[in-house]
Amino acid sequence: MGASAYLDAIRRLMPRETDTRGALLPLLHGLQEEFGYIDDALVPHVAEALNLSRADVHGVVTFYHDFRRRPPARHIVRLCRAESCQARGGNAIEQAAIERLGTSMGGTRADGEVALEAVYCIGLCATGPNAIINGKIVSRLDGPKLDRLLEQVTA
Amino acid sequence: MTRVFISRDTVSVALGADEVAEAFVHAGAEVVRTGSHGLFRIEPLVEIETAQGRIGYGPVDPEDVGKVLDATHPHRLGRIADLPFFASQQRFTFARCGAIDPVDLDDYAAHGGWAGLDTARALQPGEVVAIVKASGLRGRGGAGFPTGIKWQTVLDAAGPEKFIVCNADEGDSGTFADRMLMEGDPYCLIEGMAIAAHAVGAGYGYIYIRSEYPSAIATMREAIRRSADRVAPFTLEVRVGAGAYVCGEETALLESIEGKRGQVRAKPPLPAIAGLFGKPTVINNVLSLAAVPFILAEGAEAYAAVGFGRSRGTMPVQLAGNVKNGGLYEIGFGVTLGDLVERIGGGTESGRPVRAVQVGGPLGAYFPPSMFHLPFDYESFAAAGGLIGHAGITVFDDSVDMARMARFAMEFCAAESCGKCTPCRIGSTRGVEVIDRIIATLPSPLVGEGGAKRRMRGSEVRDTSECPPHPSHAFPLPQGEGESQITLLRDLCDTMKFGSLCALGGFTPYPVLSALDHFPEDFGGATALPVAAE
Ligand SMILES: Cc1cc2nc3c(=O)[nH]c(=O)nc-3n(C[C@H](O)[C@H](O)[C@H](O)COP(=O)(O)O)c2cc1C
Ligand code: SF4
Ligand code: FES
Repeated sequence: MGASAYLDAIRRLMPRETDTRGALLPLLHGLQEEFGYIDDALVPHVAEALNLSRADVHGVVTFYHDFRRRPPARHIVRLCRAESCQARGGNAIEQAAIERLGTSMGGTRADGEVALEAVYCIGLCATGPNAIINGKIVSRLDGPKLDRLLEQVTA
Repeated sequence: MTRVFISRDTVSVALGADEVAEAFVHAGAEVVRTGSHGLFRIEPLVEIETAQGRIGYGPVDPEDVGKVLDATHPHRLGRIADLPFFASQQRFTFARCGAIDPVDLDDYAAHGGWAGLDTARALQPGEVVAIVKASGLRGRGGAGFPTGIKWQTVLDAAGPEKFIVCNADEGDSGTFADRMLMEGDPYCLIEGMAIAAHAVGAGYGYIYIRSEYPSAIATMREAIRRSADRVAPFTLEVRVGAGAYVCGEETALLESIEGKRGQVRAKPPLPAIAGLFGKPTVINNVLSLAAVPFILAEGAEAYAAVGFGRSRGTMPVQLAGNVKNGGLYEIGFGVTLGDLVERIGGGTESGRPVRAVQVGGPLGAYFPPSMFHLPFDYESFAAAGGLIGHAGITVFDDSVDMARMARFAMEFCAAESCGKCTPCRIGSTRGVEVIDRIIATLPSPLVGEGGAKRRMRGSEVRDTSECPPHPSHAFPLPQGEGESQITLLRDLCDTMKFGSLCALGGFTPYPVLSALDHFPEDFGGATALPVAAE
């Protein structure tokens, strides 16, 4: 991605975000939505636009779990690993997903197509185990249901 | 045309409510999308408007449309309010959730909306604060600090600019009441914030919602847009978190809104004196703010009349985990833990005995059934070495391995620590290692692999030849190693408890120590307490 695309995007998001105080998070969310991740090359431009130091921006990008610094895999499978989902068999689902996708929790499959990520509670704690598969929330996972869903993303 | 009510709550949608709604539209019905009443076992729930009121059916599949419309569907539930689960509730905050179209302003007004704000605006700010004080309302976000006193501090603070911040970060496992309210009755929160703004003299408010709640974010934004004129001159804005549990801590949340790393600030100064952008700030949980319209509309006494001891009013309890009637249950404080889990929750969904119940999210203690007599209120739980927190109750059956849950608590703390203080940042990582060493001293074999590794409990040990040998069998640790590691773990918990700046590091010892105390057999110790229900 060239610097001009970044500057364009920042400028486009700027009027909305920079007249508000504390604009960094909303701006980063906007940029990640547009480019899929926060490229290191974006950081100096963001810093300049908001009159912050590069270190400030870098510090924020690296602090929050949501911000990615690399292009994301094509498919993202996020499994809830928190207590209530564990109480409902989440560990077995996690295990099955790891085996089915051939990657570890937090890892990306060798072909770079599918990433498996942990999420800690998505607020459906009485109907777990739960997951977010390519942005869609799925509940009451069991082995066959997981298989069906993963088949769609790994096909 | 037949009017049909179907929830658009995230749980309902995840269980297929959109497809069901579509099928009813196809069949020519007029579909109103509501929030959820909060009994997830019956979702997707369909309510049909009849002369006898709304008649519920659930769970319903898209193929069932005909049978529901001609009233022959076997899952006929009658009037939802008459189901025992709902008939035994006291719905002060969640009265409208499930009944109304969440963003329909007329629907909100027709169900008593804005009465609290109108009352408040006819009063002086100090009078509004006095009413909230008299109601006995305490913060529902976890710490239980009296809301009226917090507001008084902000009212008394000097300054032309003040803020109202709503904490909608709801990161605790087992909690979803904030999400349900924002998705099912967003104007209730907006009204509560507008009342708070009038009470303390604030002009601007932020709702900080975690990014894991896209539907709540969209609903709140839509509701803010539609009600802007109604709450003016008070102005509201939604800010979206970025996946950090610690941003639920109030000062970390303020840092995050300011566009910084979500690190905890040392107190004092209190946010009430110097909060967002250094200005006096009310920061309250969703449920605290959403309780206020009722208090203003119905009076402080009506609210305070319900409750137990110094815990007044109602608590939206969230029944989660391995529980049959999982969902939202709003009731006055004082009901026992056992009643919540067994009578109302219906015990485990798996049908196996309840073994442990974690109350108050990842920083809350684990309780065995022998402690089910505990009344649900702030003081009783604190006295029993726990907390009610945001009132999430996570039920586990007898297949749970408590050493593993203790390890998870430490692991979670390590992953989510903001890094400001050593006991939390380093201690939690050490905690994981120590618990791993304790587990390694235990003789029982492991089942599963990798992340799912857990020791078998006695009744499960059958053919051990199938189980891969654990390293501890190949290299047995010295005698007494487990005990000395447990002493080390208790020391570590002590350091975290007293040396941490905020409750993330300070309360992680609760789940760990309660697991050790109430379930010593899972750590290689002798059974300490007779467990009543087993
Ligand atoms: C690690 C940590 C996480 C927290 N998460 C939340 C949360 O998600 N929501 C919340 O309302 N309060 C949370 N709290 C409590 C807040 O710091 C604060 O006490 C609360 O928002 C005050 O509002 P209340 O008085 O209405 O309860 C958390 C505290 C800590 C230490
Ligand atoms: S206890 Fe942990 S989360 Fe809290 S301030 Fe210290 S390091 Fe940060
Ligand atoms: S614990 Fe998995 S959704 Fe809450």
